[in-house]
Amino acid sequence: MGGYILKRLLSAIPVLLGITVIVFLIMAMIPGDPATAILGSYATPENVERLNRHLGLDEPLWRQYFIWLGNLVQGDFGRSFALNRPVLDEILDRFSATLVLAGTAFVLCSLLGILAGVVSAARQYGLADKAITFVVILGISVPSFFLGMMMILLFAVKLQWFPVSGMYSIWGGGDLPDLIRHLTMPALALSVVATGVIARLSRGAMLEVLRQDFVRTARAKGVHERRVIWGHALRAAMVSIIPVLGIQAGFVLSGAVYIEMVFQWPGVGRMLVDGILKRDILLVQGGVVFVAACYVGFNIVVDVAQSLLDPRIRT
Amino acid sequence: MTLFLRLLFRNKLAGFGAVVLGVIVVLAVLTPILPLQPPNETNTADRFLRPLQGGHLLGTDHLGRDLLSRLMWGTRLSLAVGFAAALVAGLVGAAIGVVAGYFGGRTDNVTMRGVDMLMAFPYILLALAIVAVLGPGLLNALIAVAVVNIPFFARNIRGVTVGIAHREFIDAAKLAGMGHTRILLSEVVPNIVPVVVIAMSTTIGWMILETAGLSFLGLGSQPPQADLGSMLGEARSALITAPHTSVVPGVMILLIVMSVNLLGDGIRDALDPRLRSGALARPMATTRVERAGAPMPKPEDGLLQIDDLETQFHVGTRVYKAVNKVSLALNPGECLGLVGESGSGKSVTALSVMGLVASPPGVITGGAVHLQGQDLIGAPYELLRTLRGRKVAYIFQDPLSTLHPLYRIGDQLIEAIRVHDPVSHAQAHRRAVKLLEDVRIPNAGARARAYPHELSGGMRQRVGIAMALANDPDIIIADEPTTALDVTVQAQILALLSDLRRDRGLAILFITHDFGVVGQLCDRVAVMYGGRIVEAGPTGDVLTAPAHPYTKRLIACVPELGGGQRALAAIPGLPPAVDNLPEGCAFAPRCDKAQPSCKTGEIDLTGDTRKVRCLFPEVAL
Repeated sequence: MGGYILKRLLSAIPVLLGITVIVFLIMAMIPGDPATAILGSYATPENVERLNRHLGLDEPLWRQYFIWLGNLVQGDFGRSFALNRPVLDEILDRFSATLVLAGTAFVLCSLLGILAGVVSAARQYGLADKAITFVVILGISVPSFFLGMMMILLFAVKLQWFPVSGMYSIWGGGDLPDLIRHLTMPALALSVVATGVIARLSRGAMLEVLRQDFVRTARAKGVHERRVIWGHALRAAMVSIIPVLGIQAGFVLSGAVYIEMVFQWPGVGRMLVDGILKRDILLVQGGVVFVAACYVGFNIVVDVAQSLLDPRIRT
Repeated sequence: MTLFLRLLFRNKLAGFGAVVLGVIVVLAVLTPILPLQPPNETNTADRFLRPLQGGHLLGTDHLGRDLLSRLMWGTRLSLAVGFAAALVAGLVGAAIGVVAGYFGGRTDNVTMRGVDMLMAFPYILLALAIVAVLGPGLLNALIAVAVVNIPFFARNIRGVTVGIAHREFIDAAKLAGMGHTRILLSEVVPNIVPVVVIAMSTTIGWMILETAGLSFLGLGSQPPQADLGSMLGEARSALITAPHTSVVPGVMILLIVMSVNLLGDGIRDALDPRLRSGALARPMATTRVERAGAPMPKPEDGLLQIDDLETQFHVGTRVYKAVNKVSLALNPGECLGLVGESGSGKSVTALSVMGLVASPPGVITGGAVHLQGQDLIGAPYELLRTLRGRKVAYIFQDPLSTLHPLYRIGDQLIEAIRVHDPVSHAQAHRRAVKLLEDVRIPNAGARARAYPHELSGGMRQRVGIAMALANDPDIIIADEPTTALDVTVQAQILALLSDLRRDRGLAILFITHDFGVVGQLCDRVAVMYGGRIVEAGPTGDVLTAPAHPYTKRLIACVPELGGGQRALAAIPGLPPAVDNLPEGCAFAPRCDKAQPSCKTGEIDLTGDTRKVRCLFPEVAL
């Protein structure tokens, strides 16, 4: 088991390097001169050149990459010129907020999705199946940002159950109940699409598994149908559901960008969009690498979970 | 093609999607000639008019522009961008996939590594990075969305191409001296076009959603031009005061994406042959029973008594009569062999006893199964469940697929014990190890912790037998338990079953296609053909003097060890399809003694201890 984890960790290194290369190359393609972008179009040529030298932008591209990579490894993501603070500090502040939002949404969509999928498969063509299928189709078709806006209209403005936006109340908030009140709507809105996808896939996986011989064996033993479905069949279906959870985590993380805009959530997605509009390259570059690295890490966790579940791939 | 369309529209949801999408697309195409107000004409005096106010059907936005007009122009733009992005991603991705899959080797390796890297990004990060480079703008958003989706297509198409690249017609083309380019264009590409089209139809919805998302963030279309996403983005600041400006474009996106998804699903389902036959239906906990007529009278004695059992498979409008009025009796301590070719209905007969025939499509339509005087056909689920494994236990053919692959074998045994006997876990564990010892698994304590895939085929089948013995059943139904094993292991398993039967007084219903095995183990034998019993009797009598021509031919198929060389007499032809049985004897078309009278009317099973269903039996009974 330890060997498997180690192997998986080592195999992530080339992926991480690849990510830095891709991000660096994309950013290097940005037309125009970063120094000019920072100093503004009225800067003197001497000043631009000095800043270029200072930023190392007069070096050849491959040296720039290795300098940047070397700094990254040491935790130096550079300085955001728009915010005038270290990029890493900003990312860490923002990422914790995203993590709360996306993490909650991910747990929600995994639980609800699998639950709906199993019930749907167990009652195939029944009323519950039809209702779930309908809601799922609606769920995977609605843009999460539109759903979020409609939720604000209904639950925040009309019913006043939840606050309209933000992560904490400005006055007197800051504790856990306050966070939960602010978190409920964005987390729900964010989880809807992934819930639909997971439910649909779980249904398919369960239908596939329920036809297999070992399910008949369990029934022939006299195992109760409830346990056949939620034990024997679901356990086997999880083998194909878990990889999808890994993929959906990426979609939840992506969707968080929209939800953060709609609900004014102080997360990393809003930071990136602001960074792009302000052409704050180091911030965008650092943010993208950081989030992608976290995603790679999460996928390792998924793979390890998969190997814990399935003894056949543990060798 | 017509079949495809019929299938597509039989799916009501897909038909609905097609109609909605069709209407939206037609309206979007006609937008320039529709009598709409100019979409970009601002009139700040009339801002935020509600629907139906001031001659604006859907009201106006924050600059007093007509919402209906902006909606139609925005829809037009969103659709165009979504389709264009799907087309670009599909073509580029397919090109990459075809090249990687066709050439294989290093080309494949390097390309796919690159694709894997791209897939390591949550898609929005890549899209954001691309927009950061190119700057905000609708065309740039389109490029970003297309690029982000290229890996998906490249991966899918590569998989398909690898499959095609190793087919014979590609080798033939190479041998004919065709160049790579020509082979790719004339042999490979035509075969992957349908796959690309399906993949595009299922992802267009996503593309529209993603471009709308980038526009919503202000990174897509720039004012005054607006697609649905940017309309929603602009309306957001007035969400609370003028909600209709948000609802209008939002609902339109929802409608478009939903109809595309419904249609895409419909197309995929119509093209997936597995769904066509309804094979993806999950079997229910018990077989469906639709028994017409009065229940059978109770038999006087006997452990297991099957009377005129009829089990059918209903697939579409077809009815397969898998078991057709089969009657069998099993006495305590007796071993009854049930013999026949594949598809003769022997397994279905056995599974019907405990309602384990997969349903749908299986239906028990008649007859009775009495276990110690109790009719099991149509019995409530809870009763059947308590009898399963406790009174009647099964041993199945292939223990690799019949044991749960993810549970340790010890746990599977413990479960079998505790389902019927609420003992403690530790106690059940001791009994499980004892059971493993009983079936002569060496080192049973350690083996209990193994997973099925860690055992050999023979060991797995012993586990299967141990599991059947877990609750000391009265009857074991063994469905070809040795077929998947090699000959020496077969002999061991048979010896084991024979010993267990003697020691525990088990009754065994032994299903096989092998007369050699029957001769070793069974007291009596019944032969099935085309869902019916054609001959039954004491094993010795049937083996030495078979009465039915089919039995005789079947026995002649068994090679005799040490019997010297002789021609093995295979039976010509195939067993009959049970959805369309001929009148008279089902074997008549393959029988060399068949007379015209064999092909008319119902032929009865006659005789007492020895029975045969034949007008001209080989021996007089």
